[in-house]
Amino acid sequence: MRQSKSIELATGFFAALGFAAMFFMVTQITNRSPTFGDAGFHLEADFDNVGSLKEGAPVSMSGVSVGRVESIRFNQGTYKAHVVLRIQPQYNRIPDDSDAAIFTAGLLGGQYVGLQAGGSETFYRDGGHIELTQSAIVLEELISKFLFSFASKEADQKTAPPAQSP
Amino acid sequence: MESSATPAVAVDLALTGRSCAPVGEEVRDAIVSIEGLVYRAGRRTIFDGLNLAFRKGQVTAVMGPSGTGKTTLLKLITGQVRPDRGRVLVDGQDLGQLSREGVYAVRRRMGMLFQNGALLTDLSVFENVAFPLREHTDLPERLVRHVVLTKLHAVGLRGAASLMPAELSGGMARRVALARAIVMDPALLIYDEPFVGLDPISMGVVLRLIRQMNDALGITSIVVSHDVHEISAVADCTYLLSEGRVVASGSPDELRGSQSEIVRQFMNGMADGPVPFHFPAPDYETQLLGASFGNRAAGGGKVKP
Amino acid sequence: MSTVNLRIDRLGGVRGALEKLGAYLLFAGRLLLASPRAVLRPGLVVAQIYNAGALSLALIMFCGLFVGMVLGLQGADLLQRFGAEEALGPAAALGMLKQLGPVVAALLFAGRAGTALTSEIGLMAATDQLSAMEMMAVDPVRRVCVPRFLGALIALPLLTAIFITIGLYGSQLVGVQLLGIDAGQFWSQMRNAVELDDIAEGMVKSVFFALAIASLAVFEGFHAQPTAEGVGRATTRTVVNSSIAVLLLNYVLTAFYIH
Repeated sequence: MRQSKSIELATGFFAALGFAAMFFMVTQITNRSPTFGDAGFHLEADFDNVGSLKEGAPVSMSGVSVGRVESIRFNQGTYKAHVVLRIQPQYNRIPDDSDAAIFTAGLLGGQYVGLQAGGSETFYRDGGHIELTQSAIVLEELISKFLFSFASKEADQKTAPPAQSP
Repeated sequence: MESSATPAVAVDLALTGRSCAPVGEEVRDAIVSIEGLVYRAGRRTIFDGLNLAFRKGQVTAVMGPSGTGKTTLLKLITGQVRPDRGRVLVDGQDLGQLSREGVYAVRRRMGMLFQNGALLTDLSVFENVAFPLREHTDLPERLVRHVVLTKLHAVGLRGAASLMPAELSGGMARRVALARAIVMDPALLIYDEPFVGLDPISMGVVLRLIRQMNDALGITSIVVSHDVHEISAVADCTYLLSEGRVVASGSPDELRGSQSEIVRQFMNGMADGPVPFHFPAPDYETQLLGASFGNRAAGGGKVKP
Repeated sequence: MSTVNLRIDRLGGVRGALEKLGAYLLFAGRLLLASPRAVLRPGLVVAQIYNAGALSLALIMFCGLFVGMVLGLQGADLLQRFGAEEALGPAAALGMLKQLGPVVAALLFAGRAGTALTSEIGLMAATDQLSAMEMMAVDPVRRVCVPRFLGALIALPLLTAIFITIGLYGSQLVGVQLLGIDAGQFWSQMRNAVELDDIAEGMVKSVFFALAIASLAVFEGFHAQPTAEGVGRATTRTVVNSSIAVLLLNYVLTAFYIH
């Protein structure tokens, strides 16, 4: 009888571990999930374009991760992307005129939010709103801009007489 | 089988004594009867028109040299294999005509003791004996305990209930298997080589149990064995099989007095006789003088007729 | 004469293989049909989850850790050449979830639990335990095979999840602690790249692998020649056949998911 009890215990332990692992996969490996804990405070920012920024992406200052992107919504009042950041509690001295920009990590990496410290003497508190934002660089826009400027330059060269030619 | 049937059989026994059912005639008190049985395994014909009857309340022994189909006979009686022709009647029901469930229903009234007990190795002695009860009945635990301990007591192993099969000696394992075989109160008990590998004391115990179970519980017993002297002590009737046929039948004394060559060879354990000492082989002289040991031409020569 | 024999032998081989395949499929069907009734006796299945799962746990965890670590090491080295080491998280997670996790866990499971199943059932046959059950009017397929089949079927997906989780920690251990890739990058990039569907894919694969291994192992055990030698051979066949089945199924399932 005792033997079967220990078998039950081991089986229960095994099953619990298996389900814990599945729970871990569903909640921690993918971003359809709450991120690490509830600690920290929120900051809000509106971007014209968030590119492919996703929930759970890191927020960094000077390359150091200080928080995560908690949610991204489209604000129909401002026609902008409303992004909520969760900043870790120890980073409570971020100047309240700091600006936020969306960058791309490396060549293949995903996008993240970079905060650039301002010069203010007062700091962001929970629920603070970041006024200065810079949108993600969308590759297609960049290319089309480049092509347009290239094309117009070429057009200029064609219409203008070759003044500097010898 | 039923309690009312037991006295009738006892009276019958008193009249007929320790005797066999006459071969080829209809036997009215047979629990198992085999009629015109033909069975082939591959190309080999094992039984060709076998007729046999096992009478209620008797201990019937089936003896015979190895390879004469004794084990196959048991498989036929228990419905594990079906005959190619002929009928195997158990309690009046033709096993060949029954569905799987029907065969199972017949088997619930049979108990079988395998050569080495065939206890389930992952269950304790108690759980082994309780196994058929747990599978087939919904008895409350208290009752299961009661029945199991009673049966274990009958084979003298009540004290071993908590042991695992690996901790038992061969004789003990067989006694536990016997307790398990009778736990459902069967009408028919089948023993497959119950004496193999037992020391004389265990053998005596098993022998006594076979007789006791048979008489006390009103069970019919079929014992397959080739231990001539042991079986003589308990059997009411003995059939001697050879090459798929009954070559002799009768009480042990009748068999001992038989003039038939094969019966004498078997009963007295003579090395050579109708059952040859030599495996069929080409002529000794030819092979020794022949070209090579593995010579095909020589090897393809004579075969047993 | 001999060529005729040879041809017949070859034909016989094909026929034998077809017969065996048919026997396997019929047996697997019998297992599946008898499975729902096992709910009535959950204790039997739980005992087999213990045998197949809990007893394989240490092996799975140990191997998962090292597979994950080597994935971290090799992945980081490879990605650093492209300056994309922050992609280690997604690379490790997707590799682990979709391929290495289900496949390696299944192969280990076939070797550990599959062989144990085959030899256990084979030995029960060799010692007449299965015949004894038959004689007690108990169907050995229901009483012995089905609980073992279900136990293995439940155990492998759980083991796979554990394997993947531990493996990811192994990757993280090497990538972050040893090679200095940012832990935040590692996990957040992973979260960005991994969809719930990817996790489902890994789990679906492991369920298919579990079906194949469990049914093959039980089949081989049940149909093993009831001798010591026969059981040994059946055990070998279990490993070989389940490994082949797992790798073949893996290709088919991968193709299905990519399509």
